[in-house]
Amino acid sequence: MTDFLLELLSEEIPARMQGKARADLEKLFAEQLAAAGLKAESLQTFSTPRRLALIARGLPETTQAVSEELKGPPAEAPDAAVEGFLRKAGLTRDALETRDVKGRATLFAVINKPGRATADVLADAIPAIIRAFPWPKSMRWGTASQTTESLRWVRPLQGIIALLGGYVVPCEIDGLVAGNSTVGHRFHHTGPVTISGVEDYASALRAAHVIVDHDERASIIRDGAMKAARDAGFVLVEDEGLVIENAGLTEWPVPLLGRYDPAFLEVPPEVIQLTTRINQKYFVVRDAAGALAPAFVCTANISAHDGGKAIVAGNEKVLAARLSDARFFWELDQKKTLEQHAEKLKSIVFHEKLGTVADKVERVAKLARWLCEEGIVTAKPLPFRGGVGVGNESRVVSDAPTPYPSPEGEGLDRAHLATLAEQAARLCKADLVTEMVGEFPELQGLMGGYYAAKEGLDPQVAAAIRDHYKPVGQGDDVPTDPVTVAVSLADKLDSLACFFSINELPTGSKDPFALRRSAIAVSNLIFSNQLRCSVHSMIAAAVAPAMKIPAVATLAREFEAAASQFAGRPLAMTYDQNVAVTLVAFFIDRLKVQQREAGVRHDLIDAVFALGGEDDLVRLLARVHALQAFVETDEGGNLLAGYKRAANILKKEMPSPLEGRGGSREAAEGEGQSPTSEHSPLPTLSPEGERAFEHEPAEAALIAALDDAEPRAIAAIEAEDFEGAMAALAVLRAPIDAFFDDVTVNDADPAKRAARLGLLARFRSAVHRVADFSKIEG
Amino acid sequence: MILTLHSFWSRHGCLILQPYDMPMGAGTFHTATTLRALGPDPWNAAFVQPCRRPTDGRYGENPNRLQHYYQYQVILKPSPGDIQQLYLDSLTAIGVDPLLHDIRFVEDDWESPTLGAWGLGWEVWCDGMEVTQFTYFQQMGGFDCKPVAGELTYGLERLAMYIQGKDSVYDLDFNGNGVTYGDVFLENEKQMSAWNFEVANTESLFDAFRKAVAECENCLEAKLPIPAYEQAIQASHVFNLLQARGVISVAERQAYMGRVRELAKGSCEAWMEKNGWVA
Repeated sequence: MTDFLLELLSEEIPARMQGKARADLEKLFAEQLAAAGLKAESLQTFSTPRRLALIARGLPETTQAVSEELKGPPAEAPDAAVEGFLRKAGLTRDALETRDVKGRATLFAVINKPGRATADVLADAIPAIIRAFPWPKSMRWGTASQTTESLRWVRPLQGIIALLGGYVVPCEIDGLVAGNSTVGHRFHHTGPVTISGVEDYASALRAAHVIVDHDERASIIRDGAMKAARDAGFVLVEDEGLVIENAGLTEWPVPLLGRYDPAFLEVPPEVIQLTTRINQKYFVVRDAAGALAPAFVCTANISAHDGGKAIVAGNEKVLAARLSDARFFWELDQKKTLEQHAEKLKSIVFHEKLGTVADKVERVAKLARWLCEEGIVTAKPLPFRGGVGVGNESRVVSDAPTPYPSPEGEGLDRAHLATLAEQAARLCKADLVTEMVGEFPELQGLMGGYYAAKEGLDPQVAAAIRDHYKPVGQGDDVPTDPVTVAVSLADKLDSLACFFSINELPTGSKDPFALRRSAIAVSNLIFSNQLRCSVHSMIAAAVAPAMKIPAVATLAREFEAAASQFAGRPLAMTYDQNVAVTLVAFFIDRLKVQQREAGVRHDLIDAVFALGGEDDLVRLLARVHALQAFVETDEGGNLLAGYKRAANILKKEMPSPLEGRGGSREAAEGEGQSPTSEHSPLPTLSPEGERAFEHEPAEAALIAALDDAEPRAIAAIEAEDFEGAMAALAVLRAPIDAFFDDVTVNDADPAKRAARLGLLARFRSAVHRVADFSKIEG
Repeated sequence: MILTLHSFWSRHGCLILQPYDMPMGAGTFHTATTLRALGPDPWNAAFVQPCRRPTDGRYGENPNRLQHYYQYQVILKPSPGDIQQLYLDSLTAIGVDPLLHDIRFVEDDWESPTLGAWGLGWEVWCDGMEVTQFTYFQQMGGFDCKPVAGELTYGLERLAMYIQGKDSVYDLDFNGNGVTYGDVFLENEKQMSAWNFEVANTESLFDAFRKAVAECENCLEAKLPIPAYEQAIQASHVFNLLQARGVISVAERQAYMGRVRELAKGSCEAWMEKNGWVA
């Protein structure tokens, strides 16, 4: 067994690429070994700005000798076939063996491959790894770059160490020959550093002021930055991303504390933090009270001979210039009101087919107003009466003040709320044309909020401008202030409606306009705020204004012309209806994906949604939660089994055009799409009809149970008490089981048979009052 | 400082050239960089180039951001294997002690959308301040650089601030005899910022842009790549002025940059043709 060291020395590798480069090096190396039948006991990788290294321990000295057998043509085969086989095997005729295969003389080639020295394998592997290395961006350099075929690397490759058990593995790539020496720290060490093997690699470099282990550098930075802040009486704002980035920028990290003029603290803290972090890669610190303090921690790459004084002074100077720039933008932006800034949105294109940002703002403002006027977004959320699974039982029909997080929102009447929402919507994109957001696009929204507050606008309007992009991703805060909710919802609904109107749908991994995220944000806004509305009507309200966009109007004309030509009769669906239907389906699809993560079964969502009448998402989800709780109990499981048995018998005995795929199209259309209506085309049997013959006891019991359960289930559903509805249906479980045990459905008497099928159909439709159980899996 | 750099790079085989006499945003626009980066011939040159960046104007209020400043530009083609060390030696030559100041090579991929050019390299940091742009040109005017040239662009004022230990560019000692950088340039910065941001007549700027475009096309038709390229430089500068006046919308911005890029690419193409180089 032996050990191997590989170091690829280059000019400074971007910090952000080093983590993946280590993983890629390990993967490529392991693949090369595996291809030769080798495996190391352990692989370790390291990186610094200037080197990428790998240590393999426990490598065999040679590969296994292998013997390979190839079966060839029969001995009497024509020469051409034998020659082909010889070429494939790389042997001559006399080296072949003849063996008996099922009574037939057949040629065999035995190819013995002796074990290969691991050094030879590595000599081939190293150049192959270098050539195949998947850098995100690579370049050519030097005299070799006369052609575009020359070696590419992330930055010029300067040297290779390849030591197997202390000996150099002889290999070469584009004139670069592997050896046993590298360089130390750029400034703390001159001359080559000679390495004898795996064991002294890290220590020899440490002596040359290079800490080769990235994790060790990261912990020096993490601990050192914390200590530097603490020593000055501050608390470091921890930032693991910055730790890793600084570890990728240094070979000998030295954290140092610097300060800046407290006068800059008039600029919003987010701006200071961002410019400090992004532009300078410094940590920020807080004072004991948690407020941003006028100091920072930078990470130097040298132990300066003045203890770092000059470095700190230099970094302080740079930060002062950055902050001075930030303050310049902050003051310049405030010379205009947001309304004046918003004027400029007329010249900013939102999307080439969808007009300007000003056009979008206009639509969002109207939609935000509509959401408030319709009472979808209200100052006080309508308490949800049923409250299953959403954890809001305490809210149920209570007269006590709701624990709504925004007390300012209370008491606003609809008209006032609508006015504020429209105002906020009109200003919400204005900060996009400010200098500060031009410099730091991440601050969109936030800056608008600050500027609105500075202007003295209503705090709810300022908050809505600030937060209307939220929620941005899973786990992001969901706005609860009604003005913000209205603007955020309107903004996202408008984007969805517009992009769907021009057929820009997400496909596969491509979602350039983040429409999936927008759809999930809409449902999060609805659930978190218990917004009671029909998805269909909300989407229709967003789609209608999109139809007025010229490019969309053109598409609509084309669609309608094409469709009427195809169908030869008036359209079943107009373009806006078509867009809305697609969008609702997309929406439900995203809802399923999102709810799956929350542990909600998608088949149950389908089962409730299939009822057709249910498009109030809050109620839909409550039903689904109740249903899930129910089907997971024994009672629910048994009722489901009973339902399936009943449904199967009905399907077999009386195929319904709705269920039977073979059913004629006309019948299906004629039947309509409302599954709450009687599913079965059975002759409707009056209660008298059911009683026209002597019922068997189990039959009578089921009828009685249905008579009792059905009205209770209906009442519970009307009261949005879905648990109650489930409980009402649960009592059917014993009677339906008994019915199947004791009663023959296929009675010889056609009247009895018809009556019993009718009874099963009644049972099925009773169950359908809560959900289409046929969609439930298992 | 400039004299030290001249003598340093002259010793290392560079021709010492003079600034290009047109307003431009960076030394990269100098024909000694752009056009000479193309083709197979070796080329080593160093020169000072005044740069105008109208949108960087701060009315003289920012300690290190100016709408007019000086770059020291070195172009080495093909890029020598020890170019990083040469560069560091040049810093030592002008008085930057790398064991006192923290010199770092921080990723910065360079791209000039108006020149149709890109390269990989770094911004060189001195105590957290970008003092040099270090780039290995990969493409220029849309053509692969064969061979690759290394370009070093020093920010002269910023480096001088380190060497003299000044917090503001305006406090720099200009002559060792009481005249500061501010005495020479502060008023220029104030007036030029006002003109760039507030006063410049946008109608005549738009007109100048159109004329530069037309003239460039005229030169290209006459197979004169150098004058054509000068018009591209002119168009680029006028575009920067229009940007500073805030009269170009985001959507138009792309279109204008595309227009300038076409001019620069056309000039580079004509230059390649004139020299008989194949892409």
